[in-house]
Amino acid sequence: MAISIRGLTKKFGDFTAVDSLDLEIKSGEFFSMLGPSGSGKTTVLRMIAGFELPTQGQVLLYDEDVTNKAPFDRDVNTVFQDYALFPHLSVIENVEYGLKVRKVPKKERLERAMEALSKVHLADFADRKPAQLSGGQRQRVALARAIVVEPKILLLDEPLGALDLKLREKMQIELKELQRELGITFIFVTHDQDEALTLSDRIAIFNNGKIEQIGTPQELYEQPATEFVARFVGTANVFEPEQSNKLFGINAQTMIRPEQVELGSTGDSAEVLEVIYLGSTIRFIVDLNGQQLIAEVSASDDNAKSYRRGATVKVKMSKTDLVKLT
Amino acid sequence: MTKNPSVAGAAIAVTPARRVSSYLYNHAKARLQLLLAAPVLWLALVYIAALLMLLVTAFWTVDEFTGNTKVAWNLDNIVSLFTDSLYSSVTLRTIGIALGVTLVDIALALPIAFFMSKVAGPKLRNILAISVLLPLWASYLVKAYAWRSVLSNKGVLQWLLEPLGLNTPGYSLWGAAITLGYMWLPYVILPIYGGLEKVPGNMLEASSDLGAKTFTTVRRVIFPMILPSIIAGSIFAFSLTLGDYITINIVGGPNQMLGNLIYTNVGTANNLPMAAALALIPIAIMFAYLGSVRRTGALNNL
Repeated sequence: MAISIRGLTKKFGDFTAVDSLDLEIKSGEFFSMLGPSGSGKTTVLRMIAGFELPTQGQVLLYDEDVTNKAPFDRDVNTVFQDYALFPHLSVIENVEYGLKVRKVPKKERLERAMEALSKVHLADFADRKPAQLSGGQRQRVALARAIVVEPKILLLDEPLGALDLKLREKMQIELKELQRELGITFIFVTHDQDEALTLSDRIAIFNNGKIEQIGTPQELYEQPATEFVARFVGTANVFEPEQSNKLFGINAQTMIRPEQVELGSTGDSAEVLEVIYLGSTIRFIVDLNGQQLIAEVSASDDNAKSYRRGATVKVKMSKTDLVKLT
Repeated sequence: MTKNPSVAGAAIAVTPARRVSSYLYNHAKARLQLLLAAPVLWLALVYIAALLMLLVTAFWTVDEFTGNTKVAWNLDNIVSLFTDSLYSSVTLRTIGIALGVTLVDIALALPIAFFMSKVAGPKLRNILAISVLLPLWASYLVKAYAWRSVLSNKGVLQWLLEPLGLNTPGYSLWGAAITLGYMWLPYVILPIYGGLEKVPGNMLEASSDLGAKTFTTVRRVIFPMILPSIIAGSIFAFSLTLGDYITINIVGGPNQMLGNLIYTNVGTANNLPMAAALALIPIAIMFAYLGSVRRTGALNNL
């Protein structure tokens, strides 16, 4: 295991940010911690990096207990949310920094720093100051600075949060490629579910200082364990036990994804409340006997295109698509 | 936008005041000149002109018979600054004390400012900020006389040092240097504190994360980032010490610094031209100092 976390707890005064958490992350994994702000994911990352000391519990990196070790004694490196580049140093000096404090000889230092900079396509910017770079470029410098010291584990704290959408999508692909190339463990904190689904081998969903569920993107989407996961990862139609019993004969909280709700000529009658055009799909909000449902239909479906607000449509849901929640 | 011009016309009556406002609105340069006229006039007349007059006096002389200042252009005073050993030794002594006070104040201010900025909680930080500022509310003279009492042969310092087999420095250059160091410490702490406040906490985390131990982080990250603030603080301590003429009189014993040498020439010796010539020394030193630190960007921080 690259990282084992046992009973990890962090309290700030009366507030419990992380609540007796257990987590195992495999070597070479792209692992994401996904959750709303204040859910404790960043605090866990900071305890792995050593910036916060846990109130209780243990952090093990490759079976070595580092719980009370200082950040400079841990073989992990961090890419900060706002990059934290040293403003008085040039790009190359920023990247060299970790090697310099490790007393790597100057020649080797420069070579390795340039190599890291070319990995993030910034070799031409070596002599600039961080203030002269765009947000995306600073992001790359922060990445180069962290990978140049060859950590076994790279921690990324919402590294793409400050970038615009197009750049973010480009950086996501580059991050994934970089992780494959380096073969090291990436731990990625984000509140953006699309980003987590795109990048990750496995995702932990955080809520109120606890992990609701850990799984592959597909598992989380197709088999969410709780209502929170169902709603946080993708869009969900959640039925309370009573409603679920009436519709499907299952006396438990259940969930179905919008694309599994079929609109057509057979099934129960429902009223179209809202039509939202999303490009590749059309999203309908319909009222089925007082229960609001979200249905998503391919935009190439000619029948679907004809449904207008206020129209009556037939709704069909298959019991096999239904997921029981706990 | 209104469709009824008569209503709009009635709402805006063209008064003289409005005409002036509208003229100024359209003429940015006139606006700026008007705004700055009074303070610039004050600065030019009262401050710079008076200073220039004083400096011009350096090239005059004193009528030995009447004791009056006499307009007789000569370089005697300036020449004696370089030839009279009294002036050169007092100048070197003053520079030495000023450098010593500045360095000690920086050494004291750095940990205090760091603790205030990065370690203390908000409550403690406020208490510390007030403690640093509080002495500035007391009169300069009161503080100098307080130190006279502290440094005296039967003072607190003697009482503290005696068990260690040491003695108070008493009224001497050491006493003056200690007092001056105390006087200017807040002026050094505050800019350094301000500079540290501008260093984000995650800089320290990033440095530590990349493998730097605390001392390396201080040397390679914090120090270069707050260097302009340190220099800003040093300008205060250095220039205030160069110009001081009261502390040295109160706690300095019979010793002389540039400040009280000038003061003596104005008063007791009644030699205003010599005093003016001596005043050129700290001005020249400060110009040299400011010129050399200008490149660091420290002057943007004052």
